Amino acid sequence: MSDAFIYDHVRTPRGKGKKDGRLHQATPVWLLRTLLQAMQQRLALDTALVDDAVLGCVTPIGEQGADIARTAVLDAGWAQTVAGVTQSRFCASGLESVNLAAAKVKSGWEDLVVAGGVESMSRWPMGSDGGAWVLDPRVNQALGFTPQGIGADLIATMEGFTRDDVDAFALRSHQRAATARADGRFDAAVVPVCDIAGLTMLDHDETIRPDASLEAMAALKPSFAAMGAMGFDATALRRYTTVERIEHVHHAGNSSGIVDGAALMLVGSKAGGERAGLKPRARIVSAAVVGSEPTIMLTGPTPACRKALAKAGMHPGDIDLWEINEAFAVVPMKTARDLGVDLERVNVNGGAIAMGHPLGATGCIILGTLLDELERRDLATGAATLCVGGGMGIATIIERI
Amino acid sequence: MGHVAMTEPVASAVTLHLGDDGILVAAMNLPGRPMNVVGQALMAGLQAATVRLAEPGVRGMILASGKADFCAGGDLDAIARWTRPQEAFDTTMAMKAVLRRMETQGKPVVAAIAGHALGGGLEIALACHARIVIDDPSLKLGQPEVKLGLLPGGGGTVRLPRLVGIQAALQIMTEGADIAPSKALPMGLVTALARDRDDLMALARAWIDAHPQAQAPWDAPKFRFPGGDSRAPAVAAMWSIAPSVASAKTWGNLPAVQHIMSSVYEGGLLGVEAASEVESRYFAACALSRECRNLLRAMWFQMNAVKKGASRPADAAPSPKVQRLGVLGAGMMGAGIAHAAAKVGIEVVLIDTTVEQAQRGKDHARGLLDRAVTRGRGTPAQRDVVLARIEPTTDFQRLAGCELVIEAVFDDRAIKADVTARAEAVIGAQAVFASNTSTLPIGGLARASGRPANFIGLHFFSPVDRMPLVEIIVGAQTSDATLARGFDFVQQIGKTPIVVNDGRGFYTSRVFATYLMEGIAMLAEGVHPRSVEVAGLQAGMPMPPLALQDEVSLSLSLHVAEQTRKDQQAEGRSVDEHPAMDVIRTLCGLGRVGKKVGQGFYDWPAADAPKGSEKRLWAGLSSHFPVAADQPAQRELIDRLMVVQANEAARCLGEGVLRSVADGNVGSILGWGFAPHEGGALQFIESRGVAAFVGRCRELAARHGPRFEPAPLLVRLAAEGGGLPGP
Repeated sequence: MSDAFIYDHVRTPRGKGKKDGRLHQATPVWLLRTLLQAMQQRLALDTALVDDAVLGCVTPIGEQGADIARTAVLDAGWAQTVAGVTQSRFCASGLESVNLAAAKVKSGWEDLVVAGGVESMSRWPMGSDGGAWVLDPRVNQALGFTPQGIGADLIATMEGFTRDDVDAFALRSHQRAATARADGRFDAAVVPVCDIAGLTMLDHDETIRPDASLEAMAALKPSFAAMGAMGFDATALRRYTTVERIEHVHHAGNSSGIVDGAALMLVGSKAGGERAGLKPRARIVSAAVVGSEPTIMLTGPTPACRKALAKAGMHPGDIDLWEINEAFAVVPMKTARDLGVDLERVNVNGGAIAMGHPLGATGCIILGTLLDELERRDLATGAATLCVGGGMGIATIIERI
Repeated sequence: MGHVAMTEPVASAVTLHLGDDGILVAAMNLPGRPMNVVGQALMAGLQAATVRLAEPGVRGMILASGKADFCAGGDLDAIARWTRPQEAFDTTMAMKAVLRRMETQGKPVVAAIAGHALGGGLEIALACHARIVIDDPSLKLGQPEVKLGLLPGGGGTVRLPRLVGIQAALQIMTEGADIAPSKALPMGLVTALARDRDDLMALARAWIDAHPQAQAPWDAPKFRFPGGDSRAPAVAAMWSIAPSVASAKTWGNLPAVQHIMSSVYEGGLLGVEAASEVESRYFAACALSRECRNLLRAMWFQMNAVKKGASRPADAAPSPKVQRLGVLGAGMMGAGIAHAAAKVGIEVVLIDTTVEQAQRGKDHARGLLDRAVTRGRGTPAQRDVVLARIEPTTDFQRLAGCELVIEAVFDDRAIKADVTARAEAVIGAQAVFASNTSTLPIGGLARASGRPANFIGLHFFSPVDRMPLVEIIVGAQTSDATLARGFDFVQQIGKTPIVVNDGRGFYTSRVFATYLMEGIAMLAEGVHPRSVEVAGLQAGMPMPPLALQDEVSLSLSLHVAEQTRKDQQAEGRSVDEHPAMDVIRTLCGLGRVGKKVGQGFYDWPAADAPKGSEKRLWAGLSSHFPVAADQPAQRELIDRLMVVQANEAARCLGEGVLRSVADGNVGSILGWGFAPHEGGALQFIESRGVAAFVGRCRELAARHGPRFEPAPLLVRLAAEGGGLPGP
């Protein structure tokens, strides 16, 4: 079986996912086209060597629908022999793309695959694609549907993380992201998005708040208390019978931001890279997905990491740096606690609380950020993991070459 | 102008009169039944009416009723007979075909509604092009099917959302509440309100005149749901939370609620015809569900038997109505009984030890009546008439002329004996004396009576104005005439009587206590206290055991248990102490005796606590009753809480405390809220099969002690391979 290597990765800056966000006027296919063209140019890539484009998109409707991967490949002017597939594993889609690409390569069926994802959350709001899980009352009931924030608050309650604890974590995300950006640590990966006339729309992550403070955060009202009281808390607490009530600690400031963005990563075999004249930067060691309890929804990362580590014959202590997606502050806090990992090795350049979580792309983004930081610090191994809608977890382990 | 040109019995269930104005008046009038119920006969009549409507010269139809009600709903007897889902599906599809033909034939059809239109009755009206209703606040419109575990299968889940919007329709159908005409108008459920019957017919004719051709809104090409169909974003947001909102109340125990939502949701994505079939699929699932069968059995058939007097002595003549009632003790119970009696026109002498206390009892009634006035369920004048019937006094002489005296004094034998003697000294020889004790055996209390044949127990439940049940306790010497008098009085004040024989705790208190004790025993075993509470609610009980014990008060239960033990030791019987008693003693020792002192299993919010303050489980519980590392599955806890009650109810039946299965089931649901979807404490056994239940009891007995040993009656029935006796 051949190894799968990472040859390059690029991403757009993340723009505020609202009507006044700087990427709101960019179509999602434009974001992908920007990255595909940038990657082709910076690698002088003969795109005909690429077998497939595997892209994540969680709300694949409207202009994000109808297999945007194939659409973007053609729109970007890549060789028409490059196929394209769009998939959704909810929040894990970006990392799922990388893992699928790696699996294709390791199987020997393909040699060079571009992986990644896109989400224009300002244009196609989360949930606007419907789905039986949420909408169909029979299924909703059977699965015990609650919004993710209810599960996040339930985890905080069960783990004893207070509002102060999660706010402190959120503050650190902004401080670390601000430092990293000021230090130019994202420069190699970020491709500015320009409009059709060549005018720059956005060239930096828009939502980082270098001036974030605990005082400002303390003023924010919990986001899920009201809907919890309407019935979602009761649904969660029917499953978690030893919890008397849910303490609602998450709010807009300590949860991942809603943003627009896209990311790509070029994955290939040794031979595929050689044919394209590329040097591998890291090897994809192992990857895993798991299903977990769907009502609390966000406890998948720990078992996913354990599964990927076991496949690699590794232990948490063997991992130098971690990226644990900051869907909500409590997710990296709990995952790190479960795995016995020091938070000093987790999300060292901030995360989705500061920079946002463009659903289809985030997994690819954090894996790229992890690789860049391993190189900057000259460390060897890294793991990226995300909690996933519907109660799933995903993890990928890489090591530098 | 004479409207009746000719009358012919086209089909006996619907009489047709064609007026010389070309308007056909179709009156539903099912022969041989007091009310119109939806079934084959009525549908055949509607079918014939539709055929007649199609004839030339007929320009429209008014669908009315020849009975007081418009139509009371589906034929539950027929529904209960179905054994296969196909029958339910076919029956509803056939009914809906008739209604659909009526709706799409082109000429206007107006429902003229002068009485209740409920369930299938409202669905017939929904298939008309307009609904005109007499504006009478007591006239009920609604889809109550959910209360019996059914869903509206006559097109209700299809037409109602298209008429009033998905959200309003869901509320009507999942809650099953009645809607007054004045509220139905603004929501679009009815087309117009009429003053009286003449106005009703005039408005109906005018509507037909104004709409020579009629079509349902949903048959128009550009029809849109009011508020949007299931795809609309606002509706989608509602769908995401609707199951959680519903389950927060039902704990998932009523499939009908879920099926109503599914039928409306899926129907909201489909055309009328497909939606109608989907509705029948969900209807069939409901109608054959265990929950529906249980509810129909207990809350329809057995309830009807109870109300028709199955437990009343058959040969006892109907007693004359009670005109004058004596109530001894003006506390919560006495005052509540006085209020209930005065409300139906009975003069009440309300006696307590001081005039102030008696007056306070009357004030309680005043408070209840004031609240009714505030809520529009009575006028100040009506309130004053009722209040004037209650005479608060300390004078036992005022009992003269009372046909019935009910004592509701403190549960103390000496006090009860005293008031019994003082009352009997005044009242007539034929008068009945009743005790409202909830625990003390009637035989013992009757020893204070000079005429024990006229002595009976009438066990009311608190709060009297809201609790529909009265448990009638027949002492060893109570005569049939006395029982009949008690039974008739309970019905006179609009409550439901069950009849039980004497015994400690009678039926309801005795079985109810097992629920609390079992929950407390779990705590002693190391089950997490909230898991115990959740199990009670998941089982379908209205309140969880520990919170309920706090309400009842731990000291009271301790007192009763110790009294019982003394009595039983005096009788020379040995008693196994219930494992819950240790827990109760521990909490009482800590002064945590219940809600009345603000602390028991819970810390209760103080009277002056901010609004919305909630009780919280006492944090110290875990230090006295450590939570075990391994917790049992909820399923196991739920089963224990229910099996222990059902088994005790079966003991009551076996010992002759309970006289009928119907009384046992109805009494358990109405008395202490035993899970209605299980059909009552005895139906719980019946629906599982007696043999299986006995087996389960033995498993639990092996694990948790002899209190789970199956009732001897059940062991016998299981051996014989039979079920419980009775309907």
